[in-house]
Amino acid sequence: MTLIATQSLTKTYGGRVTALADLTVAVEPGIIGLVGANGAGKSTLIKILLGLIAPTSGQVSVLGIDPTADPAAVRARVGYMPEHDCLPPDLSAAELVTHLGRMSGLPRTAARERASEALRHVGLYEERYRPVGGYSTGMKQRVKLAQALVHDPDLLLLDEPTNGLDPAGRDAMLALVHRIGTEFGISVLVCSHLLGEVERICDTLIAIDGGKLLRADHISAMTSATDVLAVEVSEGTEELAARLAELKLPVARDGRLLLVPLADDRTYDLILGAVAELDLPLHRLDQRRHRVAELFATRELSHA
Amino acid sequence: MPEPTAAAVRPAPTGVIHDIGYQRYQGPRLGRRQVFGALYLHGLRTAFGFGRSAKAKIFPWLVVGIVSLVAVALAAVRSQIGEPVATYAQFADAMSWLVIFFVAVVAPELVSRDLRSGVLPLYFSRPLPRADYALAKLLALVTALWLLLGGPQLLMFLGAAFTTKQGMRGVWNELLDLLPGLLYAGLWAVVFASVGLLVASLTGKRAFAAGGVVAVFLMTTPIVGVLSILPSRAANELAGLASPSTLVQGVGIWSLGDLLVEGDPGEMMIGGFGPVYALAAVLLVAGATALLLARYRKVAS
Repeated sequence: MTLIATQSLTKTYGGRVTALADLTVAVEPGIIGLVGANGAGKSTLIKILLGLIAPTSGQVSVLGIDPTADPAAVRARVGYMPEHDCLPPDLSAAELVTHLGRMSGLPRTAARERASEALRHVGLYEERYRPVGGYSTGMKQRVKLAQALVHDPDLLLLDEPTNGLDPAGRDAMLALVHRIGTEFGISVLVCSHLLGEVERICDTLIAIDGGKLLRADHISAMTSATDVLAVEVSEGTEELAARLAELKLPVARDGRLLLVPLADDRTYDLILGAVAELDLPLHRLDQRRHRVAELFATRELSHA
Repeated sequence: MPEPTAAAVRPAPTGVIHDIGYQRYQGPRLGRRQVFGALYLHGLRTAFGFGRSAKAKIFPWLVVGIVSLVAVALAAVRSQIGEPVATYAQFADAMSWLVIFFVAVVAPELVSRDLRSGVLPLYFSRPLPRADYALAKLLALVTALWLLLGGPQLLMFLGAAFTTKQGMRGVWNELLDLLPGLLYAGLWAVVFASVGLLVASLTGKRAFAAGGVVAVFLMTTPIVGVLSILPSRAANELAGLASPSTLVQGVGIWSLGDLLVEGDPGEMMIGGFGPVYALAAVLLVAGATALLLARYRKVAS
């Protein structure tokens, strides 16, 4: 079954600002990472998936339901964690999550039980009876996640769940999201502007930039690409890049580094030969662990 | 002497607590009506500060206390002198300042707080339609205001019913007086709730919202004052339309007659414009509700 499918999805605001342009993706259940810079259209996509805003054109379906036609049916099966602060400071986490559970249609006692279960799963125990206003950012993010989980959705839409967290908090939140996706049997769409974060936990990655799809694929398909050699010379970076290009090596710039895909051992020889020929001071030449970021970095450079 | 074989063959203990992990929810999911009802009841509880901090209870219950005290005092005086000091409708009129105060406290509590904390996306990402949110809050405020006026009216009724000297007949007559009073209280509730909630829904700052509510209800009274001293009889008689309080009183004078003004013309004359007042009240409520719904179609999307 397809979890989320969009067909030529386009959203423009007032005919001028394009938030999404001709976006076509189809993803299977699992943990999906949605990455893109700020303003790439991630939040817009999530709001369209929830049926909160209507697309300008194109089709969309979530869990097989069209959110533009039947938003209530989609929302009943989806949990949403917004990016921004959304917790009333004077309510306790238990009260808030119980109330929101009731708003999702849970009967009174079921709402109370599931609220404490959800809060326990996100790691809030005795604190849940204290007003949210006194919580740390990490605890608030957990409450936001618990309220998305309280009505047992089939899909969670998490908008920047690691926002404002310290490195330890980020790791804990990512581990929690990973657990929800694997052990709880709930599909998760995680939005982030940090590729390095989501690539650790997700099965599928959707990268968008300026409302356009950069790439959508299984993470394994993306990282199986060849490894990359990083070359740094103290001077003459331009000349070396030109020389390597002559040798038919696809070179990409990353600041002072030159990135060359590693085809086989001959690549080393070619680079060393070129450096020696130009008589440049070689600073370093090393093989990098290939991260998905570079796939996008080279793509962006190629159309820049 | 350890016996590893014995430990291995021993059956698994039955009293162990397992971490059962995440449980999928298999129970019933309620429909739109029940969710609306839950939000309505939540709003009504919020109006009186139930389930909230002690601080949130002070103002609503202060108003409830004063209004009840007045009602008890009226009932007590009446039982002594045997004559009603004020009719039920007059009581509602006399309490109008407190009703305004109550709206100024409770309406921001119901809607501005949600706007300020940004909790609305959490509501609107659930099946509940946006209009249901606004209508449930409105209905909660209407009910709260009606209880605020109707409760003390009931106290007055009980006082009168237990001290009446005409037996069941006296109780029945008293009931016939009470019912229009309760309806009139309902009119106060509907008009003040729809206007007050609309004003409060415009801002997330509770102090501004409270100020706005008071301003709308009180700043319009000087206009009534100016219009009612103009040298035109029609202008004088239509002056009450300019302010929600006088508008409600106008409808009351037209529909209840002597239950509100008791024979003498009173300070407010509406002449033959009674139906105009009633129409204006209906339009005001409908307009304010439409604007409230329009407001919630846009907000937090």
